[in-house]
Amino acid sequence: MRLPFAWMVCLRYLREGRMQTVLILAGVTAGVAVIIFLTTLITQLQASIIEKTLGSQAHIVLKPPRAVNQTLLPPGSTAAIVQPRAQRLRSIDQWEAVARLAAQTGGVQAVSPVLSGAGFAARAEANQPIALLGVDPVAHQRIVRMDKYLTSGSFDVSGANGVIGIELARDLGVAVGDKIRVITMDGRNDLLTIAGIFDIGNRDLNRRWVYTSIKMAQSLLDLSGGITEIDLRVADLFQAETTARQLQAQTGLLVESWMQTNAQLLTALKSQSTSNNLIRLFVVLIVAVGIASVLVVSVVQKQKEIGILRAMGASPRRVMSVFLLQGGFYGLLGSALGSALSLALLNFFSRVSRNADGTLLISAEIEPSVVAWACALALTVGLAAAALPARRAARLDPVQAIRA
Amino acid sequence: MSAIVELQDIHKSYGLGTAVATEVLHGVNLSIENGEFAALTGPSGSGKSTLLNIIGLLEAPSSGRLSIDGQDTAGMDDATRTTLRGRSIGFIFQFHHLLPGFSALENVMMPSIIDLGWSTAQAQETALQLLEQVGLRDAANKRPSELSGGMQQRVAIARALSLSPRLILADEPTGNLDTHSADEIFELLQTINRERQSACLIVTHDPRLAQRCQRQIRIVDGQLV
Repeated sequence: MRLPFAWMVCLRYLREGRMQTVLILAGVTAGVAVIIFLTTLITQLQASIIEKTLGSQAHIVLKPPRAVNQTLLPPGSTAAIVQPRAQRLRSIDQWEAVARLAAQTGGVQAVSPVLSGAGFAARAEANQPIALLGVDPVAHQRIVRMDKYLTSGSFDVSGANGVIGIELARDLGVAVGDKIRVITMDGRNDLLTIAGIFDIGNRDLNRRWVYTSIKMAQSLLDLSGGITEIDLRVADLFQAETTARQLQAQTGLLVESWMQTNAQLLTALKSQSTSNNLIRLFVVLIVAVGIASVLVVSVVQKQKEIGILRAMGASPRRVMSVFLLQGGFYGLLGSALGSALSLALLNFFSRVSRNADGTLLISAEIEPSVVAWACALALTVGLAAAALPARRAARLDPVQAIRA
Repeated sequence: MSAIVELQDIHKSYGLGTAVATEVLHGVNLSIENGEFAALTGPSGSGKSTLLNIIGLLEAPSSGRLSIDGQDTAGMDDATRTTLRGRSIGFIFQFHHLLPGFSALENVMMPSIIDLGWSTAQAQETALQLLEQVGLRDAANKRPSELSGGMQQRVAIARALSLSPRLILADEPTGNLDTHSADEIFELLQTINRERQSACLIVTHDPRLAQRCQRQIRIVDGQLV
């Protein structure tokens, strides 16, 4: 029983008002658990949505600017009909310099030049329209982890090797080691040996994408030494648009970020985050009001005792710390219990709810920073909510308080 | 003998600056010597409690000079007054005012805990001795609600003695007790006064007890008579 005065009185008051203590602790616990659980759930769901949507695409794509017709009016004329120009396959001008510039831009993690164009894949009587993608395998793997999506073989596009999607393989009836013929619009064609087959979870792309080396694509598409797009991966997903605008200003190329091409996904993610923040705000408010009201009642109930303590020589500051400690106690213990509860909840939900493909919807892992953040928040809220009642207690006039 | 309490021309008004300002004390001059055992008597509303609260530094006078143990209390800040009150003055209230959530022992230790900031083994030993002196060592771990009125008041006396104050202020310590218990409490106070040489100022309505004090101070309508 060697406790400092304020702690001793605080703990005794907590014990005396057992029912109140238990109820308000339950409230704080529930609040903290909801905050941690929801934050973790939404973070994980967002990460999973982002991974599923953006895992197979670049965060930023640089393309040659659109070709437009010059409108030079002949002398003496007043108007001309200008038709939009058909966009033919063009290389990015001085793409190596552009790629170097992009690599040096802050926040950019990986750069991969790609040559893409249309063509057909044929085997015997069967043929399918394809999107031919000439890539550097190492650079491209840093943008899209193709080896994760491979169902057989390897991501090998060296020489005459290529990698195709699982639907195309099915349509053409080929497996790893087989050969297909790739034909482009102006009749150039070449034989491709299937080195790997992928499934990136999108039927259309599984049917259309055919990976080759850059060199092979260049010769098939008649774009010697050229590159039609540069793919980038950035560290902070939500900075992609800013980086894209910066690169567009620097290069004059057409630069698109995932935030433009997936505007609806972005809106969904943002409204999820907003609703999470709103829920957190309301939980914090409710917890704060709960703690404050319990302590206000406690100060009124203990008015006489506060007066006695003051008469015995307890300073206003000491009296104040008794009630501040109570608020801090609610916050701290509540956040410890709340963290445990949220872990239990996550454990339960991670077992019960699964994705359509049977994989885990959420994992039972909690970010330590989320817990630390929630605990700090609960402690702050506890102290802040206790501040008003504590000040009231400290300001009580001992004579009045004892008489009350 | 030197004075533990000295009051010079103490006035106390309530509601100053309003239309209903009332002056409760009109120029009280009083000196209480070290080790004195005095009774403060007077009819209801005569200002006994106000005078006691002012001497006990619970209220500040509107004007006049108050010294406790030679220290002038004018211009003292709240913290200094609080410390002086805690160390020099022991309070005994009519309704004992023990802290219900704490045991008798903890109640007696409380002034020492407040003064030092935490409880010590020595404070516990002192508190047990005090409880022994008031005849309640066996009740040390009982809560106030488990004790009779007379016992509660004895715990309150032990608490008032906790820091060996030079001055004990008792506001009708026997007012709430039957005659037998009242006599016991009064005798306990006399014994303490004799043994510890602490000055006692006892507010009482009971003329029988007042007569047994060394000195009787009578207050009527805010003035000593």
